[in-house]
Amino acid sequence: MARYLLTRAWQSALTLLLSTIVVFVGVRALPGDPALALAGEDRSPEALDAIRRHYGLDQPLPVQFAQYVERVAQGDFGVSIRTGTPVSSMLTTALPVTVELSVLAIVIASVLGIGAGVLAAVRRGRPAEWFANALALIGLSVPHFWLGLLAILYLSVATGLFPASGFVPLLEDPVDNLHHIVLPAVILGTGLAAIIMRQTRSAMLDSLSSDYVRTAKAKGLRPRAVVTRHALRNSLIVVVTVVGLQLGGLISGAVVTEQIFGLPGFGKMTIDAVFQRDYPVIQAVVLLTAAAYIVINFFVDLLYSVIDPRIRVTGDPA
Amino acid sequence: MTVLTVPMAETGTAGITRRTRVLRRLRRNPLAVVSFVVLALAAVVALLSPWLAPYSVDQTDFARTLAPPGSAGHLLGTDDLGRDVLSRIMLGARASLQVGLLAVATSLVIGVPLGLAAGYFRAWDAVISRFTDLLLAFPFLIMAVGLAAIRGASLGNAAVAIGIAQIPGVIRVVRSDTLRLKSLDFVAAAVVDGASDLWVLARHILPNATSVILVQATVAIPAAILGEAVLSFLGLGIQPPAPSLGTMLATAQQFAARAPWAAVLPGVVIMGLALAFNVFGDALRDALDPKGDRR
Repeated sequence: MARYLLTRAWQSALTLLLSTIVVFVGVRALPGDPALALAGEDRSPEALDAIRRHYGLDQPLPVQFAQYVERVAQGDFGVSIRTGTPVSSMLTTALPVTVELSVLAIVIASVLGIGAGVLAAVRRGRPAEWFANALALIGLSVPHFWLGLLAILYLSVATGLFPASGFVPLLEDPVDNLHHIVLPAVILGTGLAAIIMRQTRSAMLDSLSSDYVRTAKAKGLRPRAVVTRHALRNSLIVVVTVVGLQLGGLISGAVVTEQIFGLPGFGKMTIDAVFQRDYPVIQAVVLLTAAAYIVINFFVDLLYSVIDPRIRVTGDPA
Repeated sequence: MTVLTVPMAETGTAGITRRTRVLRRLRRNPLAVVSFVVLALAAVVALLSPWLAPYSVDQTDFARTLAPPGSAGHLLGTDDLGRDVLSRIMLGARASLQVGLLAVATSLVIGVPLGLAAGYFRAWDAVISRFTDLLLAFPFLIMAVGLAAIRGASLGNAAVAIGIAQIPGVIRVVRSDTLRLKSLDFVAAAVVDGASDLWVLARHILPNATSVILVQATVAIPAAILGEAVLSFLGLGIQPPAPSLGTMLATAQQFAARAPWAAVLPGVVIMGLALAFNVFGDALRDALDPKGDRR
């Protein structure tokens, strides 16, 4: 267990370092002088010199990299070219929105996906399975931003059931907050639900035909108990796996969903930054996404070994 | 079609009967047939769209903007600049397929050799795993954001961003199939026979891994099509005035109050394309599964 933890920690740290280098090199690959990119509107020679000195652009590359890592480690991501606010303070207002949206989407996707997956496996060969499979295939194929668009047009605007855009912070008014975020979360969750459903169904079919389920049936357990207590336990691993693997897709999805519903989160900040050529913000966004992905997947791996004791022994999550 | 079925042992010619069996399973699966027909039709329309489209995609008509579907002369109506929606949908679907194929080609060209190497050479496995981890840390949208910042937004850059993001998936399936094949007797026999590593990989492992690569490609294309739509919708993909289903939806969002119908059709086409690929991919995987009709 300790050995497994150490290996994973070392691998994560290495990946983190590599992605920092990628972002650092990527910024140097920007067209033109990085000082020009950082300067934005004020492009006087004095301003450029000041920027070069502040960001150490007159130093050799390895020194620049070390300085960059040092700044980032202290939470200093520079200042937005457009607004002049520190990127870190933009992040503190934007991130909670995205985290709330994503967590809610995962919860909705898990409930829908596990439910439909179990149903499809238990009702094998009946209309219910066919229906669940069809729904999952559609969920995989539908462009979610389009669903969001239709939801706004035909649900929010037409019926007024949900607000079409905008956001209220959770701490300010939890009910209104939920009212604003539930529709985007459902939309974001649909794709994830389809993937979870297919994995759950597949895992359930495997475990339903396994020896321990046959034993459970043979000793006279009620079918419901066999499904929930024996077969379903494995689907918890499925959800954890899928969420870990699909985290990238979830982040991408959150960006689009926020853009459509006008939620002031990480995604909207990213897209605005691209169009405003706000390079410090882009840089911070790319680096933070990579870091979040690596750190969360490290914890997902830890979670595996908690849920599935076999991994603690073999040290290799299947 | 007459097929001569000769009982085959585990010889090199067994591939012929396997192919026939897979094709027969596909033909007997109505979903596979329907999705294949849809894809074939889409391919024909995409290839011929410059000639099939009733109007030029750039032909504006400011007297008739946002005409609803069914208007005279414009079967599916016109957009905000009075351009024919049907023509733009046809060429937009063509662009979607282009990005889909380009992205998957990118991921295969890089992913297949790396997957083979990771599965075959133990020493390379750890290095390639770190590379995979690194790629996974940048979701396709973030990759596209970075690429758009460095090189500008375009169809090609969108395809490359999506393709790079799909490399880890290719590496994973090719690696695990290589590991499986490597342990089989015929590979051991070739090695004993004095075959070089490169020969074994090219002649014995790669040909046998084609089916998993094919299935991976079939499920990667719809993902790339959806990715293109997202990027173009956000303005990070295909740039106007070039037609794209994603940008059509972005325009539809702008004019939602006046022309709510404009948001429906491009989305249906994107979903139809992706669904056809996904359904066919599922059928193909089932047909290739040696365990047969288990699922």
